[in-house]
Amino acid sequence: MTHIGVVAIVLSVGLPLLALVIWSFAFRWTFPDLLPSEWGGSAWTYTFGPNSRVVEGLWNSLVIGLVVTALAIAVGLPAGRALGLSDFRGKTLVEWLLLMPIIVPPIVATMGIHITFIRLGLAGTYLGVSLVHLIPTIPYFVLIMASVFSNYGVELEETARTLGANRRQVFLRVMLPAIMPGIVVASMFTFLISWSQYVTTLLIGSGRIITLPLVLFPVISGGNQANAAAISLVFVAPAIIVLILSSRKLSQDSAIMGGFGRL
Amino acid sequence: MTTSADLGPSPGPQVVPARSLPRPQPTVRRLAGHLRIPLMLSPSVLLVVVLFGGGMLVGIGQSFGYFPTIGLEEWTFEHYANVLSDPAFLRSLWVTFRIAFIVTALSSVIAVGLALILRETFAGSRITKFIFQIPLPVPHLVAASGFVLLITQSGIIARVAAGFGLIDRPSDFPILVFDQAGVAITLTFLWKEVPFIGVVVLAVLQSIGPHYEEIARTLGATAWQRFVHVLLPLIMPGVISTSIIVFAFTFANYEIPLLLGVRSPTTLPVLAFYRYQDPDLGLRPEAMAISVILAIVSVALLFVYRRLARYAVQ
Repeated sequence: MTHIGVVAIVLSVGLPLLALVIWSFAFRWTFPDLLPSEWGGSAWTYTFGPNSRVVEGLWNSLVIGLVVTALAIAVGLPAGRALGLSDFRGKTLVEWLLLMPIIVPPIVATMGIHITFIRLGLAGTYLGVSLVHLIPTIPYFVLIMASVFSNYGVELEETARTLGANRRQVFLRVMLPAIMPGIVVASMFTFLISWSQYVTTLLIGSGRIITLPLVLFPVISGGNQANAAAISLVFVAPAIIVLILSSRKLSQDSAIMGGFGRL
Repeated sequence: MTTSADLGPSPGPQVVPARSLPRPQPTVRRLAGHLRIPLMLSPSVLLVVVLFGGGMLVGIGQSFGYFPTIGLEEWTFEHYANVLSDPAFLRSLWVTFRIAFIVTALSSVIAVGLALILRETFAGSRITKFIFQIPLPVPHLVAASGFVLLITQSGIIARVAAGFGLIDRPSDFPILVFDQAGVAITLTFLWKEVPFIGVVVLAVLQSIGPHYEEIARTLGATAWQRFVHVLLPLIMPGVISTSIIVFAFTFANYEIPLLLGVRSPTTLPVLAFYRYQDPDLGLRPEAMAISVILAIVSVALLFVYRRLARYAVQ
């Protein structure tokens, strides 16, 4: 039973990814050959060449992902602390407000905000796309940080203050080191959500902001399998980095890793 | 997180007691103390309320025919009536439900089965557990791309079938991508959602430990009885919460059915988008009505989930 399960896991996880790797190096691969008859790097040359727009998409995805992550940290850290450490009136309401963008499909809000963004001149700009990416990311960032802060020994800050530490020292030397692993996880998560956004970027980007998923989509449906495979592998790169970084730490903590399933 | 464990037991909910320390200007301090929480929360809450809430309001307004940009200012149920009596809408609603239901049911069952296997320690269990989690951070589009290469009529599985002499030419292989049944869509979602439910179930199973099952065993319970009466009630809350998230997500996903499905009948999000992107701006209110119905179903699901989860825990 165990053996069947292990084989099933390895094959079903591995085969789609293996297919991508083999196809990205295939030059000639006719039916019914099991492996390409000629190998080559032409798909990769195309991917990083001037006609594919992959480099442009990669750059845009990277910049927008980093901006979104930075904004999420800036607004999400204090909110996560407030929710994780304090009880106050209206806390449930705030938690529900933050849950709404996770539960309610983003399609209504994105379509609704589109017309306003066009009027404000935000459609087709980096700022506009970054703002719309904040809708699905802020809730996750805040809720992850809230759970991190609820396990944080805040009495250490008091101790540091009685020992003469000022606000800055408390922040940098006490709080930040303690919650750093949480910030790293929440940031990776935020970046990957932004990185995977398709429909929000398609709409608010107005065809002017081309991110990597927008480059990849027509190539997959276009039918050039080698190019689709190579661009897919570029698109999966940050996920691989996350897996490598997390393979030691996070696999101990399946529940946190599970959060990455919501991409 | 690992570090917080090093810091000792966690305190109860408690604000940093700025007021209890002797400081100058007590009035200003007290005021700052009162405003602390709202100040910390307001940037996040404002962004969500303005961007998400604002977008929702405009979208709901348009679905009721309030769309000043193209000169529509009269509130009406007309667009909902049009949508609800449109056979294309009803077909899409059914297709969307069918795919979401099949994905949710299959991924829950498979995830529980695999979690039961993965909780055991065996040679290679750590690496298997890691492989099981690989799909979690991988974008859906990449999974879709991989499955296209695998299961099209000239895909790798068709080639293996040809190697065994099962088929002669690609057209002998069943159509599994851009198909009416949505096989490619279902497989892509399963690839992503099984580990999502699985890691949560696995975490619960590992926190339970073998204790309860051993008691049940000494009381004479069979393997099946131990699973149904001991394990299942314990993992059910986790299965329900994750599977409803899976259902809501699959129900609302746009790009996978657009990429891997037939144009008609398609799913509700895709149908809404076709209407939205139609050059005829007069169709936008209908697109919005479809999306709002989609949103209402999702929120209804959340309430069903809360009910079920509470019921299951009791």
